[in-house]
Amino acid sequence: MQHEANTLGSAPVRASSQARWRALIHSPLALPLVGLVVVSLLMGLASDNFFTVSNWLNVLRQVSIVGILAVGMTFVILTGGIDLSVGAAMALAGTLSAGLIVNSGLPAPVALLAGIALAVGIGLLNGALVAWGRMPAIIVTLATMGVARGVGLIYSGGYPISGLPGWISWFGVGRIGMIPVPVILMLVVYALAWVLLQRTPFGRHVYAIGGNEMAARLSGVKTTRIKLAVYAISGFTSGLAAIILTGRLMSGQPNAGVGFELDAIAAVVLGGTAIAGGRGLVVGTLIGAVLLGILNNGLNLMGINPYLQDIIRGVIILLAIYIAREWR
Amino acid sequence: MLQLTGIKKNFGPVTVLRGVDLQVRAGEVHALLGENGAGKSTLMKILCGIVTPDAGEIRIDGQACRFASYHEAIAAGVGVVFQEFSLIPYLDAVDNMFLARELRSSFGLLQRAAMKRRAAQIIAQLGVEIPLEVPVCKLSVAQQQFVEIAKALALDARILVLDEPTATLTPGEVEHLFKVMRGLREQGVAIIFISHHLEEIFEICDRISVLRDGAYIGTCAVSEVDQARLVEMMVGRRIENCFPPKPAAAPEGEVVLEVQALQLKRNGPVSRFQLRRGEILGFAGLVGSGRTETVLAMLGAHPAVQCKLSMHGVPLRFADPAQALQAGIGLLPESRKEQGLITSFPILHNISLNNYGKYRAGGLFLDRRREAEATRIAMQRVRVKAPDAHARVDTLSGGNQQKVVIARWINHNMQVLIFDEPTRGIDVGAKAEIYQLMREFTAQGYSIIMISSELPEVVGMSDRVCVFKGGGIVATVEGDAVTAEEIMTHATTGRLHHAA
Repeated sequence: MQHEANTLGSAPVRASSQARWRALIHSPLALPLVGLVVVSLLMGLASDNFFTVSNWLNVLRQVSIVGILAVGMTFVILTGGIDLSVGAAMALAGTLSAGLIVNSGLPAPVALLAGIALAVGIGLLNGALVAWGRMPAIIVTLATMGVARGVGLIYSGGYPISGLPGWISWFGVGRIGMIPVPVILMLVVYALAWVLLQRTPFGRHVYAIGGNEMAARLSGVKTTRIKLAVYAISGFTSGLAAIILTGRLMSGQPNAGVGFELDAIAAVVLGGTAIAGGRGLVVGTLIGAVLLGILNNGLNLMGINPYLQDIIRGVIILLAIYIAREWR
Repeated sequence: MLQLTGIKKNFGPVTVLRGVDLQVRAGEVHALLGENGAGKSTLMKILCGIVTPDAGEIRIDGQACRFASYHEAIAAGVGVVFQEFSLIPYLDAVDNMFLARELRSSFGLLQRAAMKRRAAQIIAQLGVEIPLEVPVCKLSVAQQQFVEIAKALALDARILVLDEPTATLTPGEVEHLFKVMRGLREQGVAIIFISHHLEEIFEICDRISVLRDGAYIGTCAVSEVDQARLVEMMVGRRIENCFPPKPAAAPEGEVVLEVQALQLKRNGPVSRFQLRRGEILGFAGLVGSGRTETVLAMLGAHPAVQCKLSMHGVPLRFADPAQALQAGIGLLPESRKEQGLITSFPILHNISLNNYGKYRAGGLFLDRRREAEATRIAMQRVRVKAPDAHARVDTLSGGNQQKVVIARWINHNMQVLIFDEPTRGIDVGAKAEIYQLMREFTAQGYSIIMISSELPEVVGMSDRVCVFKGGGIVATVEGDAVTAEEIMTHATTGRLHHAA
């Protein structure tokens, strides 16, 4: 397939409806959407309560934490990296905030911001080691994951830190109108991420590095700086997620969020983002996160044994990746 | 013993071999000679079954063979030592020699002792000393080379192909390699020896076959020819009418870029050159002579021992290509797919990739309308042929892909453009267009460094030529001295200026 004709110059011709259809099918969003619809229908058939507004809001509330973590993860995976430290960074940030409020008597807003700052710091450390230290992301973040967990446990002595001012629960279980606050926060984060990835030079550079880091570097893209930034963003979303988590648990729990990094990765991949980077959309990640949430929700509504649920989720992820590969 | 007749091969629209004949006798060292891209490597890949020919016949001991894979060629007695070694770095010599044909006991376990005995025997036969149980990555390059040869012999190779085996060896090691080759010759092994160093060919070979542009030029005994005759056979006379005319006299313009000292390796040669406004400076030399590394080192994308350069008399130092971009130096890299294009991006984003500073709206955001407009103008300027700017670059022909990478740079206020193998793998028509573009650029005041392995291109396009050998510049020729013979002579026999 080589386009030899049509020298460019005239105004671009309107895409025919056929071409638009083809673009839709080949869009990275096509498969996640199909998956979302199919799974929703199946769940709807199995449970009468599934297609209710309250259930859907419930699902969205449940996925908000992993959903926000998955935004940062999308940035990192788009550059061809990975961040295993997000769950631990979130737990540490939440524990620190709670500790600063309860033990050190800091004003709650300052303490919450300190938690975010700490999470960004962890992200910057990851980024520095990956970009400047040229170490593999999977090893670096595996290590910082362990360190963050350990620091959280030492700081808290291994126990949850409770006794937080009541209004913090607003972040976890509050509502504006009928919409849960964490859902609104999540959607705002997704909107910002979309703008950043689709409408700024920074976003293009993120895709360029994942597509071909060498070419990006040789054409003058500041690859190390961009890589540093994506890990910092991942740290930032961990910090945000920590606030919701703290509001929901009304305590700082050093052991919270174990395995959330894997759910976040699953959401990104189910959302159609290539694990090798360069291709994918943050909207897809949202779909992927919701898809995971629906699976959990639906399987619970059906009263399926939780151990069996793990197996079903694993099989569905494998199936999704297989279909996605055959699709291209 | 080995007879190739009428071998033809096309890669897409590019003809690589147009009916090549080659006859090699048992017990001779046969040199295969030709410029970069003459088709030697492809011919050897056909011989060992990695590439299947479109036409032609391979006969070994008179028997017609068709190798569907490397394994079949090995079974027929062909052993190849490629330029890039095929050893597994963390395995030792014994494991490497018996890789995929390990000796097994009846329980399916490895017979380590038997393999080691056999390996020691073969290595002793070569008259070299190699520690057998050390990972091969710990061995010297020369030792690795001998392990490669031993591996071929372990497979009972009767036809041994050595593809530029001396490129990375010291003179002493080369001497030893030749001794081994003479020994093998006496045992009746037929050796095909590929080298660019004419002196070596005269020292070790019995007969020489020459390829040029994928065509078979001739075979002669070493005693019948001299170096000048060989260079002539390799270079030949060619039609060079696809090159745009050079400006009447090379302009004595101001010096835009000056490299005072650039040294790639410790104790390696030190290169220096000047680039003048509006000229095309050719970088000629054989593959691996250090041309690409030199320009990458200039841009801060390759390590160098020292790199002193200045633009318009101001000393500069680039830590990465982003800084070179700001200073006005852009690179069209050697490999479009690996270093040039983001293949998952449409044309638009590939061109605007390093231009976003210009299309900002409100500080942070992209001004997509201006981006599209500037890209459209750039595409028109370099005449990219595509349905629209949103087409994916991997649907374009090689020539158009190359133009997309060029367009990326002319969007800027560039002064120096570095074209590394600008016409590799693209068809004749697109080549002529790119040559035309290069001349348009120099007329507009750009200065161009062109790295090329195709001699006619270097001769046809360059105002001046720096000839590289062994990691540095051995000669700079200009004016009437820019001829294929002159450049080839420097590239194969030139002497290096080492650091004082």
